[in-house]
Amino acid sequence: MNRLAVALVVFAGCGGKAATDTVTVNASGSTFQKAFQEVAIVKFTKAHPGVQVNYGGGGSGKGRKDLADGVVAFAGADSPYKDAELTAAKGGAVLYFPILLGAITVAYDVPGVDKLQLAPETVAKIFQRDITKWNDPLIVADNPGATLPDLGIVVAHRSDGSGTTDNFTKYLAKAASSVWKLKSGSTVEWSPDTQAGNGNGGVAQIVKSTKGAIGYVDLSDAKASGLAYAAIKNATGAFVVPTAASASAAGDGIAVDDKLLFSALDAPGAAAYPITCQSWVIVYANQADAKTGQAIADYVKFLVTDAQAELTALDFAPLPKSLQDKAIAQLAQLKVGK
Amino acid sequence: MIDAAALRGRRDRADRSFRGLAIGAAATVLLVLGLIAVTMTARARTVIGELGVSFFTSSRWSPADGLYGALPFVWGTLYTAVIALVIAVPVSLGVALFITEVAPRALKRWLIYAIDLLAVVPSVVFGLWGVLVLSTVLPRSFLAAGVVLAIMIIPIITSLAREVLETTPVADKEAALALGATRWEMIGASVIPHSKGGIVGAVMLGLGRAMGETIAAALVIGSATGQITLDALAPGNSMPAVIANSWGEADTLQRSALIALAVLLFAMTIVVNLIATTIVQRSMRRARGTV
Repeated sequence: MNRLAVALVVFAGCGGKAATDTVTVNASGSTFQKAFQEVAIVKFTKAHPGVQVNYGGGGSGKGRKDLADGVVAFAGADSPYKDAELTAAKGGAVLYFPILLGAITVAYDVPGVDKLQLAPETVAKIFQRDITKWNDPLIVADNPGATLPDLGIVVAHRSDGSGTTDNFTKYLAKAASSVWKLKSGSTVEWSPDTQAGNGNGGVAQIVKSTKGAIGYVDLSDAKASGLAYAAIKNATGAFVVPTAASASAAGDGIAVDDKLLFSALDAPGAAAYPITCQSWVIVYANQADAKTGQAIADYVKFLVTDAQAELTALDFAPLPKSLQDKAIAQLAQLKVGK
Repeated sequence: MIDAAALRGRRDRADRSFRGLAIGAAATVLLVLGLIAVTMTARARTVIGELGVSFFTSSRWSPADGLYGALPFVWGTLYTAVIALVIAVPVSLGVALFITEVAPRALKRWLIYAIDLLAVVPSVVFGLWGVLVLSTVLPRSFLAAGVVLAIMIIPIITSLAREVLETTPVADKEAALALGATRWEMIGASVIPHSKGGIVGAVMLGLGRAMGETIAAALVIGSATGQITLDALAPGNSMPAVIANSWGEADTLQRSALIALAVLLFAMTIVVNLIATTIVQRSMRRARGTV
């Protein structure tokens, strides 16, 4: 599919004036940012009728691999390349453009409990099955005054390798480092007495249909499924509910390196929601083809500027001003050939 | 007027070029199969080089530690396939015998049609049925995957078994009936002995299909890592399911491990198919002998 589309780009490029002068830009990668890409593409195409952008999803790992192999024009990814992967990239140096922040909720279904507060250590113990009852003293301690039922906890996680799992486990490895034993990654060794669902939607479905279930689901899917989700204790000790604003706050004031790489997990700041992750668009710094290169540059610029206004409605968080300025400044490093 | 020599020459040329074409077509199949094996094995070498035989013997699959053991997935693949066979074989043979020996002619045609239709339903449809319907009564587990796989291989085993059963010579059957056998006794004395090899072959082909099924298994098996247990209600994982589920986010070493799993699965299905072909051929030879 991707190869075919790239072939079409080449064909359109050679075809000259006879064919319509449509430039096709293909991308694949992070499913986390897919909903945003889809909305952004519609808006962008209205302003640039000659450009067709296709965002294929498939996972961050697939996106990075496709970009390295030169199969797509840009990749969406929730985590950057590892150095070893990058040396194999066909098009040379890459640029990372942060485009959004998003909250991963700890969603649950406990009858009679519509407000829940959890410290990172408690979340870690729940997800590695050290705590198996909702009225465990540790959960009670996080929720003074609340009545919690004597109900078994059912843990739901992803069956597919996922950037959401990667970020969620990275968060636990960081914020609950003394407790968390399962390490981090797109797939981890969950206990066999847990349940697995495909995609954020699959986990949401398990949580929704199982009494006593808890799972990690991105904010937009949790809201779409009408799930309740917990306020999580952040680095300053405050319990913060996941919202677009609290995710945005997590992106403000975190350390960003000169490649614009950072992690919004367990961010400092009293208003920051701690399980906040970020997503980038990765492009080659040098775009040889003038037409396609310009289209890519225009689209990336659109993503970090005008398209930011679309994020809140999708339950993502826009980049905080500090980060957005850096992304806009980096556009100058995107060189388009003549 | 064309003389005989010229005619023969032309025929030779036609024969030769047809021969060449046919050999070319046959060679292409072997070439494609060989190339798949070679390129896949080459890509699987990274993980084997890194982990050695522990890839085949370890039961831990932990990308975070760089550990990849194929054993739980091999177990899941074989266990779900065996569950599927236990369910599918009696049903398939029952249906095949009903079609060949019992069903009235009009019903027979419709039954064959329905079975063939079941065989072409895309596996994702069975998988979604498993997730949406089956999982409300059965947790995602080895057993759930086995049930879905059983439904998927019933049409294959049925239609192959039916064709084998139909080759039973009428003389054999009439002989049994003439000796006073009931229909049931006739099936036991004439039809089954005649078709045994072919039925085993049909079952083996069903087994091959069950082992390779990806999407349906991925959706209902439960995706637990490192599960080697006889508890059929425990969540597990199979080789194709883990490949489909983890490919998108896999890093370099994990990719190689997943490819190595694919090579292993490839080898396992080839072995199953070879055994099936041998058994079917032997039974066909015997069938021909009795006519």
